[in-house]
Amino acid sequence: MKQIRFAAPTSVEEAVRLLVDAGGAAHVLAGGTDLLVQMRSGLRRPDLIVDVKRIPELRAIAQEDGGWRIGAAVAGAEFNEHPDLPAVWPGVAEAFDLIGSTQIQGRASLGGNLCNASPAADSVPAMMAAGATCRIAGPGGAREANIEEICTGPGQTSLAQGEFLVSFHLPARAVGSGDAYLRFIPRTEMDIAVVGAGVNLTVDGDGQCTSARVALGAVAPTALLVQECAEALIGTKLDDRAMGALAAAASAACRPIDDKRGTVEFRTKVAGVLARRAAAIALERARSN
Amino acid sequence: MAKHHITTTINGEPTEFLCESQQTLLDVLRDELQLTGSKEGCASGDCGACSVMLNGRLVCSCLVLGIEAEGASVETIEGVADGDRLHPLQQKFLEEAALQCGICTPGFIVAAKALLERNSNPTETEVRYWLAGNLCRCTGYDKIVRAVLDTAAEMRGA
Repeated sequence: MKQIRFAAPTSVEEAVRLLVDAGGAAHVLAGGTDLLVQMRSGLRRPDLIVDVKRIPELRAIAQEDGGWRIGAAVAGAEFNEHPDLPAVWPGVAEAFDLIGSTQIQGRASLGGNLCNASPAADSVPAMMAAGATCRIAGPGGAREANIEEICTGPGQTSLAQGEFLVSFHLPARAVGSGDAYLRFIPRTEMDIAVVGAGVNLTVDGDGQCTSARVALGAVAPTALLVQECAEALIGTKLDDRAMGALAAAASAACRPIDDKRGTVEFRTKVAGVLARRAAAIALERARSN
Repeated sequence: MAKHHITTTINGEPTEFLCESQQTLLDVLRDELQLTGSKEGCASGDCGACSVMLNGRLVCSCLVLGIEAEGASVETIEGVADGDRLHPLQQKFLEEAALQCGICTPGFIVAAKALLERNSNPTETEVRYWLAGNLCRCTGYDKIVRAVLDTAAEMRGA
């Protein structure tokens, strides 16, 4: 069996150098809940594993620009145990709370859930709806990107060789705004999304929607930020008619596959239903914020 | 290539071992350290039979590399009893027959202990959600859940 090298750098620069020197044969390790399974099944055979959990920036949670900077190797459970974050971003917290078991949630990282690039990753639509951005380090220095720019297809990302995810930024929570994430699975727990829907919206004093972001998971090769869904809500009072238009726009955006978890027809229908229900929860939260 | 020399703490004891990069913590516990209480069920993080505590957090040791234990604190099923004195969870699992074949039991005990340490009075729903990552193919879960709830009550002095 091939000998795999292992490194646990303590700085972003050192990690970039290791990744660049390995020339594409390296893989980043954070929580390992995807990577170790993929290595065992032979899907990934890295020459070098770069454990990024000893880099302080990857593990930190701190306020920044009125919002929050969160390290890419922070585990979902750590996000949800934070004294402030779940109250400010309940939809994002709902998504992390749906990923795997207690054992998985304690290890699986925010960055890993994005970079594993599963179309069904629960946190990705929630983070897209939240308007989160991410910071990527690489040989050319650091760059910022929107969440929706990262995944390009199942298991594929836009990260260049030598680049890796350092942190996320969740923006300041606007007054009168709220978010929610819902997913459909055929059982109560421990399953992969058949459809996921994340909604983040803002209402003014008259109850009119002034901004909205709606993202869908598991209905296309990547999670989708659906502009038509946002347009169905913005400028309305989020009445039945607007919510109906949201559902229709969500269904229209779907490009799903048929598989054992759900048919094309089912996923398309459920995407509209979930988007509407998530919007109703987000609205309720917006009104009390 | 030489193996990695890892210095860690297992069940409170300073421990050293040698491992290869791809060896999991579960492989190391069972094959290098002869701590065979942690079981391999699925090797993909689905069944929880390999549950251990890593730096105070419940994890599947099949999804942790042995090398990641460097400088860490690991607690396994072998550290749950106090010498010959069983932990109340172990005692209750025996009294209430919350096991049949026993393969999943170490994982359930480690996971349930982690729950009771953060929540001394969990509801049945909380127990079931917390233990959703531990699979048992024999008991149908009812006796396990009841044993955990009864242990919690006993430990609260109820």
